[in-house]
Amino acid sequence: MTVLMAATAALLFSVGTYLVLQRKLSRIIIGLGLLTHGANVLLITSGRRGTPPIVGTGDPARFSDPLPQALALTAIVITFAVSALLLALAYRSWLLTHDDEVEDDVGDRAIAAARGPEGDE
Amino acid sequence: MRQLLAVPVVLPLLGAAVSILSGRSRVVQRVVGVTVLTVVTGVAVAILVHVDGHGTLVSRAGGWPASIGISLVVDRFAAMMLVVGEVMLLCVLVYAIGEPGAERNHVGFQSAYLVLAAGVALAFTTGDLFNLFVAFEMMLTASYVLLTLGGEREQVRSGTTYVVISLLASTLFVATVALLYSATGTVDLALLAERIPSLAPAVRSAFAVLFVVVFGIKAALFPLFFWLPDSYPNAPSPITAVFAGLLTKVGVYAIIRTQLLLFPADVPARLLLVLAAATMVVGVLGAIAQDDVKRILSFDIVSQVGYMIMGLGFVTVAGVAAAVFYVVQHILVKTTLFLSGGLIEHVGGSSRLSRIGNMVRSAPGVAALFFVPALALVGIPPLSGFVGKLALVEAGFDAGEHTVVGISLVVSLLTLYVMVKIWNGVFWSPSEEPEAQAAAARRAGRANGPVWMVAPTTVLVACTLAVAVAAGPLYSLSTRAARDLVDPHRYVEAVTQRVGAGGGSGR
Repeated sequence: MTVLMAATAALLFSVGTYLVLQRKLSRIIIGLGLLTHGANVLLITSGRRGTPPIVGTGDPARFSDPLPQALALTAIVITFAVSALLLALAYRSWLLTHDDEVEDDVGDRAIAAARGPEGDE
Repeated sequence: MRQLLAVPVVLPLLGAAVSILSGRSRVVQRVVGVTVLTVVTGVAVAILVHVDGHGTLVSRAGGWPASIGISLVVDRFAAMMLVVGEVMLLCVLVYAIGEPGAERNHVGFQSAYLVLAAGVALAFTTGDLFNLFVAFEMMLTASYVLLTLGGEREQVRSGTTYVVISLLASTLFVATVALLYSATGTVDLALLAERIPSLAPAVRSAFAVLFVVVFGIKAALFPLFFWLPDSYPNAPSPITAVFAGLLTKVGVYAIIRTQLLLFPADVPARLLLVLAAATMVVGVLGAIAQDDVKRILSFDIVSQVGYMIMGLGFVTVAGVAAAVFYVVQHILVKTTLFLSGGLIEHVGGSSRLSRIGNMVRSAPGVAALFFVPALALVGIPPLSGFVGKLALVEAGFDAGEHTVVGISLVVSLLTLYVMVKIWNGVFWSPSEEPEAQAAAARRAGRANGPVWMVAPTTVLVACTLAVAVAAGPLYSLSTRAARDLVDPHRYVEAVTQRVGAGGGSGR
């Protein structure tokens, strides 16, 4: 079972990494979502499997570990908020430029253009 | 006294709520913001005085014992960072109020700023690794908002880069915490310090390097720094000042804390020294190639982070003390440089070296406010940068690391070249566009800029001079802080209150 969970996390990380390296912002955002899913799967796997950890409903020695579940919930909420902000930024970028591409830095491009065709300055 | 530990976190959050509720009245917002940060600065100073006299302070949230709950732990290093950070945040807020820019035009500025202050305070004082993640996220989310206030095209582009990179770093952080929890069964820093030595050596080394990567992205360490010059220069000047002076230093603080507390026997010292040397060199070379004051200073942040990590890489009390002192004085110096860069842009109309000039005649106050921190950055005696670099060089020679120290001295010379380049371009050489510059100066009103922009910059310059004058006592404080850092048993004892936990060292 742990192998299955680890493999799932690995798959999510690899697909997410591939998508984050793309040029289009929408793909980058999906890739980031998959990466955070992978991290959360890893977080849940780090705790012990068992019955739901509610006080008074059974043998405490057989409860699953509640701490990683709480950590995963916190992480999910935080990344949810940041993803929402990122989507708003992406939409704003679309409104301004009608394009989805992530461009190079303006200053870097200016310096490259200045030094390039003329050779040494 | 331990009840005061939560104030630097809780009070700014309450202030942010009040600020957003009173959005209609800019005066109320400003009063709330400045009052909250002044109170928090006073509390931070009180905490520092107490911790220096009586040792590490621990406060448990909710009263839960150490193995279950979250503790706020403030030792000397954390207290020093807290004081410097709060002073800096207060001065930059006053500067932002004086500048006709982001703060005046956007209702949400003050509350996002106060959330940032709360996040930074929590990052410095928390004793729990996952709470550190939460503090980072609080700080980062507020910084996303502040960076993109206004929604202009360049801001959105650089903001997107910054958000994506930070989210990647956070994901890596969560994955590392997950792996560490499954290896040790806890996320509390003190308990981790007790349990990590019983892991296999290869696993410990792997975790140590993982933590360097995670916090290295935030601290702008080589080769993880490329997002910084892309995103910092496009923000309004006070925001860039806060980011440059504080956010990267929170990353450096996290590196120092996790490496020395959790992996005392496995600090990847050789790796840290190599990365520090590369960071110093690449940062300053990048700064030389730039034409814009803010971009030059952004690359210079990267270069200076290399010095702090070099001090950590020596892994001796002297090295860590030098690193602590350097971090504290550098926060003040870097913030002042960015604030005077903002003044240059306000009074000169542009921050490009090829456009402005001759400001030593037209704005001599701004020239002075740039000159002093620039010399401090380079390390000219008797200013604070000189004391920091001297301490680093001495610690390096004591530790036998001559190559890295040599590289750091060469980089100092290159930093001098960069500062002279800015000085020439902005203040001494004649202006390329004198009419545009004169028009901007007329728009700015007074010759040196508005009073509420000049005053906080002057206060910060005075603080750097005070650090230079009080370098002796401050360095003794750094040495006491370094002794606490290099020996994790004191931290663990203070939190768990078990004497001799994990084997004493005969103190």
